[in-house]
Amino acid sequence: MNDNNVLLRVDNLVKHFPIMRGIFQRQVGAVRAVDGISFDVKRGETLGLVGESGCGKSTTGRAVLQLYRPTSGNVYFDGVDLTKLKGEELRMMRRKMQMIFQDPYASLNPRMTVGEIIREPLLVHNLASESEANERVKQLLELVRMNPAFSTRYPHEFSGGQRQRIGIARALALQPSFIVCDEPISALDVSIQAQVVNLLEELQEQFGLTYLFIAHDLSMVRHISNRVAVMYLGVVVELTSRDELYLNPLHPYSQALLSAVPIPDPVAEVNRKRTILVGDVPSPANPPSGCRFRTRCPIAQSLCAESRPEFREVKPGHFVACHLVS
Amino acid sequence: MATPQAPASNRVVDLNDIFRPSKSLGQEAWSRLIRNKASVLGMFIIAFFIFLAVFASVIAPKDPLELNAGKRYLPPPFYKGTTNIKSEPEFLLGTDSLGRDVLSRVIYGARVSMVVGFLPTLIILLVGTTVGMISGYLGGWADNLLMRLTDVVYAFPDLLFFIIVMVALRDSFIGQFMNGLVLLFAALAIVNWVGVARLIRGQVLSIKQKEFIEAARCIGVKNSRIMLRHILPNSLGPLIVWAAFSIPGLIITEAILGYLGVGLRPSTNSADFFITSWGALMLDGQTAINSQPFLLLAPAVCVALVVLAFTFLGDGLRDALDPRMRGTQ
Repeated sequence: MNDNNVLLRVDNLVKHFPIMRGIFQRQVGAVRAVDGISFDVKRGETLGLVGESGCGKSTTGRAVLQLYRPTSGNVYFDGVDLTKLKGEELRMMRRKMQMIFQDPYASLNPRMTVGEIIREPLLVHNLASESEANERVKQLLELVRMNPAFSTRYPHEFSGGQRQRIGIARALALQPSFIVCDEPISALDVSIQAQVVNLLEELQEQFGLTYLFIAHDLSMVRHISNRVAVMYLGVVVELTSRDELYLNPLHPYSQALLSAVPIPDPVAEVNRKRTILVGDVPSPANPPSGCRFRTRCPIAQSLCAESRPEFREVKPGHFVACHLVS
Repeated sequence: MATPQAPASNRVVDLNDIFRPSKSLGQEAWSRLIRNKASVLGMFIIAFFIFLAVFASVIAPKDPLELNAGKRYLPPPFYKGTTNIKSEPEFLLGTDSLGRDVLSRVIYGARVSMVVGFLPTLIILLVGTTVGMISGYLGGWADNLLMRLTDVVYAFPDLLFFIIVMVALRDSFIGQFMNGLVLLFAALAIVNWVGVARLIRGQVLSIKQKEFIEAARCIGVKNSRIMLRHILPNSLGPLIVWAAFSIPGLIITEAILGYLGVGLRPSTNSADFFITSWGALMLDGQTAINSQPFLLLAPAVCVALVVLAFTFLGDGLRDALDPRMRGTQ
């Protein structure tokens, strides 16, 4: 915890959702959405978090911000263990960490004007008077490239891209140092995606923001991230720098995932070798023993069913959870 | 129009820079509502009866308590009754069993019906919304406790409850208060808040899953503010529609209770604000249905008109507040 370079340290984070049955609501099982993951996010960097739908990416983002209280594990933000904070202490910490949501249609209250939405964080933390807050709303709207006069309008009057920028303005209102971007572009048109991503990059440069960027679009993650973590069924299987991952993926799941990315060169694209995985992702309520990926892994051996592979550093800065990578 | 001041080279230019007046969801709903002819008619009828109720003392041509000996059961001037009693032009709707002017009494009766429609509805909305909000938002044992309580109230037969309460408590202090009107309000509210509580609980359960609630929590908004500022405004639509259908229901209930003789007791004191109710008038009217049918007909038509008006308005509100619901029941 002495490393001053690390803004966020996630240590063996677990989030299980109980499955309740019967009239007495007895717990009969648990969905192991996030099952023991650890990673660091360095100051000013963007950590990409990729994986297919339902692998626990969004749950991780929410558990980090304590929107879901983790089942176990610790989240250190600037040296403070967020999982130990309650009520007012946690509310104060929210000023430093924010979230940008996936669905720009669902993440803005339809009954509030844009101004009220962006102003709310300032008012609930008593950071500004009414007139100061209005001034700040104007600045923030300009910052996200929108007309400040739009503050009197309602969210339904805007397009998806505009709404997403309103969401970004709201997240920036408290001047946080860390933002979880939960698939901020996957609900947008391709033409708008670039706009929003470029805006996020500019803001990062301007304010020295640190991002946890959750996505399933591999080329977008490659564009924006410094380092990338690959998740599968509630665990991180590989974590390394962007270039290392895209050039030299070590985990068989990362290899399969990356082989699915089309190459924007017709000749190379024809010769692209795809590793096609068979079968479906097992249910997170009943994950396979040992290595989570073994049921679909092309190189699985008996060892993989017996013990869970350790998440270890095989090269400097390159972590993999696989028995078969040396 | 001010141009955005963003300095960056890749500034995004929005088509929306071309302004049009901004409308909130409420304003849009209002403009949809006033395009609905039946609703507008309903609103006019309701406004008319509210006007009658407020200014009854000015509008009524006669004193509703003035007894005219020898002028009992006079038919209205435009109606030849089955008896030989001659009508008199000053009694536009004839007179009742004590020679009181029916028109004036019907006008005064509007007061009870309007108040009985609106006031208990307000109490019901307040209680039901509070219970439903707490139940839905907190969940867990609080939800269980409150919902079982609503189940118990819901299971009790309404009319039986009203009659028991009105008969048992009619001579108590609360039963005496305002000729029993306060007791009637209380009885109506006790039975009817459960519907609102269930409605709001359902709304809260669905709205609290939405991302903007999560966003509010992420910002650090306190629970009380999330409930009042984020969840409540988003459940107002169904609540308003519920109220519009609840008011005629209450008016009918009052009429039924009045007809059964357990509602408001007709007053003989001219200082009272509430003189009589339409239900009580109908009870009076049934005894002379042949000679003076308007004693029964006039209040009955009024009840029907008001109920119809609120139903029109409720339909229009439902369509206006949630256009996807159009045409459904």
